[in-house]
Amino acid sequence: MWIQYKTIVIKEILRFSRIWVQTLFPPIITTSLYLLIFGGLMGERIGNMQGVDYLHFIIPGIILMTVIQNSYANTVASFFLAKFNHSIEELLVSPVSYWVILLGYISGGVARGLTVGLGVFIAVSFFVDLQIYSMFIVFIIFLLTAVLFSLAGFINAIFAQSFDDISIVPTFILMPMIYLGGMFYSIEILPMFWQNLSKFNPIYYMVDGFRMGFLGSSTTSIVESIMVLLTMIILLGLLAFYLLKRGINIKT
Amino acid sequence: MSNALTIKALSKIYANDFHALKGIDLSIKEGDFFALLGSNGAGKTTIIGIVCGLLEKTAGSISVLGLNQDNSAYEVKRLIGLMPQEFNFNPFEPIEEILINQAGYHGIARTHAKIYAEILLKRMELWDKRLDMAKSLSGGMKRRLMLARALIHKPKILILDEPSAGVDVEIRRSMWAFLRELNKEGVTIILTTHYLEEAESLCRNIAIVDNGKVIEQTSMKRLLSKVSQQTLILESGEKLPQIPVKLDFSVTQLDDYSLEVVLESTTSITQALQILGEHGINIDHVRSAQNRLETLFLNLTSGK
Repeated sequence: MWIQYKTIVIKEILRFSRIWVQTLFPPIITTSLYLLIFGGLMGERIGNMQGVDYLHFIIPGIILMTVIQNSYANTVASFFLAKFNHSIEELLVSPVSYWVILLGYISGGVARGLTVGLGVFIAVSFFVDLQIYSMFIVFIIFLLTAVLFSLAGFINAIFAQSFDDISIVPTFILMPMIYLGGMFYSIEILPMFWQNLSKFNPIYYMVDGFRMGFLGSSTTSIVESIMVLLTMIILLGLLAFYLLKRGINIKT
Repeated sequence: MSNALTIKALSKIYANDFHALKGIDLSIKEGDFFALLGSNGAGKTTIIGIVCGLLEKTAGSISVLGLNQDNSAYEVKRLIGLMPQEFNFNPFEPIEEILINQAGYHGIARTHAKIYAEILLKRMELWDKRLDMAKSLSGGMKRRLMLARALIHKPKILILDEPSAGVDVEIRRSMWAFLRELNKEGVTIILTTHYLEEAESLCRNIAIVDNGKVIEQTSMKRLLSKVSQQTLILESGEKLPQIPVKLDFSVTQLDDYSLEVVLESTTSITQALQILGEHGINIDHVRSAQNRLETLFLNLTSGK
């Protein structure tokens, strides 16, 4: 079982490493631009937020955004392409359990999310003097977020029937959730109605928890953030396993 | 000898209500070289898909070397190697990686897999291309890659779904030699093909599937003995004389040098050549006008 798991993970890592120009490099450029424009140029005019200058405020959110996008993109693209070119059959004719298939793909998504996240972190540290309040919190939120969005990408790939279907969710659901999850602002500046609505957005808890790890201050408790993440991971994990085992859109 | 594959009352109804298999019963002996023939849409690929775990069956049972597929799905998968009809590898993966990954899915460590992958790639004449992306291979090379991949975990049963499609004659012959070698080593081979000559040349036993049912399962010899007529083309090195009007068999002159004769099972080729020789017609070359199995296959599947 370990060899089977390791094989899928190595295959996934080699896949995104071979196309590093598409997978690893662009997020670092994009993030640097975000920081330059929003943090550097506009940040000085915005002033402080949650007790820190705007540049330091947005860094955790921007790093987490790249983790979310890349872990999601990796599993959705990889698993959909495996369905599309029928290479998924290599796994289906082999004695690999559905748990191992799921864990392998999720680990691949996590590997890409963490690689890009770490790349962005290193790139950012060239421009900004980064302070980390708790490395443990940063790492836990980093990891759980990557797992959660790898699972979400996997489920999207199971349902996807065409290339359009793998871009609809990131564009029309994921992106608005990220932007409205307090990445660029503290929800404390919103009217009460919008503050309450933001609390239904799971990305708010991730960004807030991650910010806690960097800045030592947050608008919700870190335990709440971790619980929201764990609950969603369990729910999506069970759903992904069920869909895979039933062979939805994979076996007929 | 025990059965390599036993299929009982297998049926498959697709989501669109298409009844692809209507109670298939099939048994294949261990060590056999078995042909599974049928026209397009007859149900061959569905049977293979279910046996290999790619499709869900609607009803019936499958056992592989005594193991029930429902109870021992993983053990059954370890025993089978599949070379499918359609290319089903990632075209953007290097060839050697495809084999090593497949071995990994079967629990074989990378270091061991590399050694056997080298043997297989050399045997398939793909070693020089091992670092190339699979998309860069020709059609025939892609087929050989899929054969190598099917063998990487040393299966006891090899299922080949149209292995020769798009492969040139020379490579097809070399593939046949390799398959015969494997079969001699004890690997049970199940073959579906549109080249009936291939089935006739390689297989000892045969089943013909038509419209989701097995309409014939017997030995190749017995099946071919059912062919009551054979049509031959006879060629002479010299210009043919006048053909006698009355002979024991039907003769048609095709041109100045060749004849087409239709022989019933009561007349052998030697007898026919002797009769023609008595009339001053000397034949230098004899060839079959139509593959015998093909004639029989068409008769069976068209309901004659």
